[in-house]
Amino acid sequence: MDFDDTPQEAAFRKECYDWLSENARLKSASGENSRNRSNMSDDELVARAKEWQAKKAAAGYAQITWPKEWGGRGGTPIESVIYSQEEAKFSVPGGVFEIGLGMCVPTVMTYADAETSKRFVGPALRGEEIWCQLFSEPAAGSDVAGIRTKAEKDGDDWIINGQKVWTSGAQFSDFGIIVTRTDPNVPKHKGLTMFWLDMKSPGVEVRPIKQMSGDSGFNEVFFTDVRVKDSQRLGEVGQGWKSAITTLMNERLAVGGGAGAGDFGELLALARSTEMEEGAAIAQSSVREKIADWYVESQGLKLNRFRTITALSKGTAPGPEASIGKIVSAPKMQDLAAFAMDMEDMGGIITDREIAPLNGGFQAQWFGAAGYRIAGGTDEILRNIVAERVLGLPQDVRVDKEAAFNELPKGK
Amino acid sequence: MNFDFSDDQKLLKDQVAKFLADKCKPEDVRKILESDAPYDKALWQGLADLGFLGTTIPEAYGGLGLGYLELCVIAEELGRACAPVPLSSSVYLASEAINRFGSEEQKQAWLPKVASGEAIGCFAFAEGVQAPNARTISTTLSGGKLSGAKLPVADGDVADFAVVVVKTGSGTSEGDLSLALVDLSDAGVMRETVSTIDPTRSHANITFDGAAADLLGKEGEGWSATQDVMNCAAVLIAFEQLGGTQASLEMAKEYALDRYAFGRQIGSYQAIKHKLADMYVKLELARGHCYYGAWALSTGSPELPLAAAGARVAATEAFRFAAQENIQTHGGIGYTWEANTQFYYRRSKLLGLALGAAGGWKERIVRQLEQRNAA
Repeated sequence: MDFDDTPQEAAFRKECYDWLSENARLKSASGENSRNRSNMSDDELVARAKEWQAKKAAAGYAQITWPKEWGGRGGTPIESVIYSQEEAKFSVPGGVFEIGLGMCVPTVMTYADAETSKRFVGPALRGEEIWCQLFSEPAAGSDVAGIRTKAEKDGDDWIINGQKVWTSGAQFSDFGIIVTRTDPNVPKHKGLTMFWLDMKSPGVEVRPIKQMSGDSGFNEVFFTDVRVKDSQRLGEVGQGWKSAITTLMNERLAVGGGAGAGDFGELLALARSTEMEEGAAIAQSSVREKIADWYVESQGLKLNRFRTITALSKGTAPGPEASIGKIVSAPKMQDLAAFAMDMEDMGGIITDREIAPLNGGFQAQWFGAAGYRIAGGTDEILRNIVAERVLGLPQDVRVDKEAAFNELPKGK
Repeated sequence: MNFDFSDDQKLLKDQVAKFLADKCKPEDVRKILESDAPYDKALWQGLADLGFLGTTIPEAYGGLGLGYLELCVIAEELGRACAPVPLSSSVYLASEAINRFGSEEQKQAWLPKVASGEAIGCFAFAEGVQAPNARTISTTLSGGKLSGAKLPVADGDVADFAVVVVKTGSGTSEGDLSLALVDLSDAGVMRETVSTIDPTRSHANITFDGAAADLLGKEGEGWSATQDVMNCAAVLIAFEQLGGTQASLEMAKEYALDRYAFGRQIGSYQAIKHKLADMYVKLELARGHCYYGAWALSTGSPELPLAAAGARVAATEAFRFAAQENIQTHGGIGYTWEANTQFYYRRSKLLGLALGAAGGWKERIVRQLEQRNAA
């Protein structure tokens, strides 16, 4: 048992680090968050992200596990992990290409013909084109197969009408993959079809959603008589659920991360510098117990990632322990931030970066965590997944599996 | 990165599991629960015959001289089977203390007997219903004679020798504490079995009235020696807790699949699914910490105090939750004497208190974090 790289892994790690050192700046000791968009405009973020992606692609670090003929490195999953670990030490722009390269383009590669794949893979890899994923709808969140956006056949084309929601990056995306309902007269999983489309097509309208924090990370996307060709179909007509599963299998890998700015270490630092009504915060057993509890959760997740990495290093499939990450980290983010704000007492309401400890990081995390507990699978859906896929418990009794979609009960 | 047990260690784990499936069935545990027998003597002898009692004892003293990692996988399986044997007292604590701090003579006297199963050791620390520390410990060693009382002492009623945390100084600081080694057949030792929440593990009230005893290790270093032994035992007991958590989760899952209510399997209801998913989450968090503790223990890492405390806190929480929610999943039948759910409910609380309650270990975590970030 050890935490060491194999000689090959160590050599690859050094190679990555050396290349990153020449091409990027190490994060400062204060632990800046390079994904923090709040101090950067979309245009600036996209421009920086495109430049960085192009550099990575030229050096062969863009998609390490993809085959070389697709512009990847033909590398192993452990090499991909090692590159990510090293890149995390540097201040590089993120949040623009993850969804496209992690979810959309692999789906295109799975279902489109060779010519189409060739058209899209290179530009996406080099950071020339950005992709978004158009699945969720106002009435189809956790139950994503319940989507209502219609695609109707018109000669050799399809006409799309409806609305998508929670679409990250739609405002700067060039292309998207969309799941539509092509047959409402069959059970809901059987009437879906997936397409790729140009986000600049006539009839596509992107509107930012203002979140409760005041930020806008997502969009609503409206489709009014948007025309796509049948050749843009990804998978068979009526097989859109299968295509969507291909995409979603990659989602939790692409969403991942998101530990927030404040963890047990930041809470400990805050406790050391804060007076509470009862005295110094760090001297309170109620505070000390919480720091220990969150250390146990954070460190436990980190140690389980080491187990996952061990499996990858041995060339085997990781165990299901990786599935617990967001179940633990999302509520912890929220609870820890709320606890830190309590420690700040009456001043805990302040969001002014100049005044609030950690530049207002606990307040920002308190807002962000409310969304993180929902994004990419709610706490509840993730527990269902663990119970059904890991423990083998039966699915809930379903009223929507056999009935035609247009006969299912729906809310207002 | 190789944060896993080796193939040989996994093979050993399978062997132990097979052995226990035969020698430590639920009905064997129940026999100890329902009788006055303090432990399962046949199972204990079986473990001795396989050499497991001497896993970490050097070959020079009759042990196998294997490492802590091997003992960890054995501990996990014993915890899963809820084995009614004095392994933690004799191996994780008493012989560990002798092996670390004992003189050559003391090692020769007891280690070969522990390894063969001929002698059982125990670790006498607590003194009544409070946390043992330099202020509360009043058992003394003076002129080679022990005086005082220890309660509760795991396996104190069946042990042949005891490592005793005693006061040798006149103050109430940690430097006033030492370890003593005493042969429990001495005429100055009185002991009686005390009733506890878990009769599958025997406990005693031991009174020393001038019993002959020797120092174990240096005078005045008893507190730090105790912490060393506690950290070691915390990791090993965390593996027992891990096994118990796994067993509780499996038992709950089987029941959730078999039991029908309102026309369907209760495992199809989200209230049950989410409960079991939460058990799994706590189990896996604990497993990560247990592995870290095993690594720190086996490599003699300075990170051991933090790793051991993390393992203890995570595994105590996982087992507490899994054992109690296993009963809840079973409903009324899980609360009956006939149900085996009680084995794990009892054992989870016993192990959760055995080396001191979780609160004290959380405090150790924070102290370690403070030291680490002192700069």
